[in-house]
Amino acid sequence: MNLPKPFLTARQTQKVGYAALAGIAVLTVIPIIALFIYILIAGLPAISWEFLSGFPRDGMRSGGILPAILGTLYLTLGTALFSVPPGIAAAVYLAEYAPDNGLTRTIRIAMINLSGIPSVVYGLFGLGLFVLFLKFGTSILAASLTLSIMTLPVIISTTEEALRSVPTSFRVVSISMGASKWETIWRIVLPQGLPGIITGIILGLERAAGETAPILFTGAAFFLPNLPNSPLDPTMALPYHLFVISTQIPGMPIQIQYGTVLVLLTFVLGMNLIANFIRSRARARRHW
Amino acid sequence: MDKIVIEHLSLNYSDGTESLKDVSLRIPANQITVLFGPAGGGKSTLLRCINRLNDLADVTMLSGRVLLNGVDVLDPHTNVTELRRRVGMVFSRPVPLPLSIYQNITYGLEIAGERRKARLDEAVERALRQVVLWDEVSDRLQDPAHALSGGQQQRLCIARVLALQPEVILLDEPTSALDPVSTFKIETTLRELRSELTIVLAPHSTQQAARIADTAAFFLAGELVEMQEGEKLFVNPKDPRTQDYIQGRFG
Repeated sequence: MNLPKPFLTARQTQKVGYAALAGIAVLTVIPIIALFIYILIAGLPAISWEFLSGFPRDGMRSGGILPAILGTLYLTLGTALFSVPPGIAAAVYLAEYAPDNGLTRTIRIAMINLSGIPSVVYGLFGLGLFVLFLKFGTSILAASLTLSIMTLPVIISTTEEALRSVPTSFRVVSISMGASKWETIWRIVLPQGLPGIITGIILGLERAAGETAPILFTGAAFFLPNLPNSPLDPTMALPYHLFVISTQIPGMPIQIQYGTVLVLLTFVLGMNLIANFIRSRARARRHW
Repeated sequence: MDKIVIEHLSLNYSDGTESLKDVSLRIPANQITVLFGPAGGGKSTLLRCINRLNDLADVTMLSGRVLLNGVDVLDPHTNVTELRRRVGMVFSRPVPLPLSIYQNITYGLEIAGERRKARLDEAVERALRQVVLWDEVSDRLQDPAHALSGGQQQRLCIARVLALQPEVILLDEPTSALDPVSTFKIETTLRELRSELTIVLAPHSTQQAARIADTAAFFLAGELVEMQEGEKLFVNPKDPRTQDYIQGRFG
């Protein structure tokens, strides 16, 4: 049979295909790299010891951003405190104990919907519940609780996923050796799921650290001359500070804005890198 | 003496896979009792009734009695964790827990409340010697258990059950994933263990059943077809279905 000679052989076609796919993959990374390089170039000149450790001066047009850095740290730690223990507990319940019935399905649907809610809605909810109803005022406490509600679904779903990925055979073996269900979870399932759980926690907190809207009405201050003294004080925070100096202050030196962006980005990316490091180390040690 | 007496045991799973239909049999102490037959015959199901591991499965119907030393283990008041320490189980694929070799063996003991280091050390050495693994691993007890070969892993799985000093061990196709040399080592170990405990084994092949059985029971579609001394059953089965299966006419 005489087939017409194809323009490209099968092997060549495959090569072209691979090249095209690789090109697209590279394209998706370019914006991230470009963004980081741009911020780095624009923000680096602003970074100095004074910038990182000083208070804002001249109506925030000079000086440092220490209150905002510390404020974001406090809010992140507060969020961790209120979202990690109940998040893990809920995930253990859902993954290990919950029967597959209407209630647990409702809980799951609620969680999916919670992660789809715009963050400003969480802010308004926090204002109503924590600031006004529970009278915590505009405070670190109220803002942390608000961020916790936003973070909980992330922690619950990643932790549940991490627990489910632990092979059932380990559970069966443990129980066959006289362990109770809880002993099995405590000694085998949780330690094995830990890397995944930690990754989920960090990714959840990282998002909380970068959010502006939920803390807008619940705990963030425009400017404070002092550092907060108690969880019931309001605080400055990096994302909100950035919003303020970008929109509310005339004659703002652009360098300071980029410097602030760089600090926030480093904070968030740093958490991301830690999560990745933990995950890859755990993967190297794991053999199932 | 009969260690385990099973009376009119019937069982169904919700998915209808395996079942047991009015099974009655007596498992003698200090012998290897082999439950064999084609897949889906109810061997695993029966094993899992003896240590109540079926509690984890979706069982829709369960009736009859399983007497261990004359006491019904199916009784709702049975202390199942204590039962599972007395009736150990080895599975078809070696599943070392994601811990060190040492911790795999001390796991059951620690859960049972043993904290004394000297006792644990002693138990580890004794259990590993029983399965002839001590010389191979004594210098690397803290290594992760999954670093062992498949055959070593399965011997470790037997050792961690023996560490609890059980009265009975149940083995569900313990050598189906192993090479002939490892299989030989495990069969030898089991023969030596007979003097200390009662062994109930579901082999993965008729050859293994014939090699190792003191007493053999042939299961077909959830029913016990016949049961007698291994030497007699494999030479001169009473039931034509047993004969057909042994001679390879089906299965």
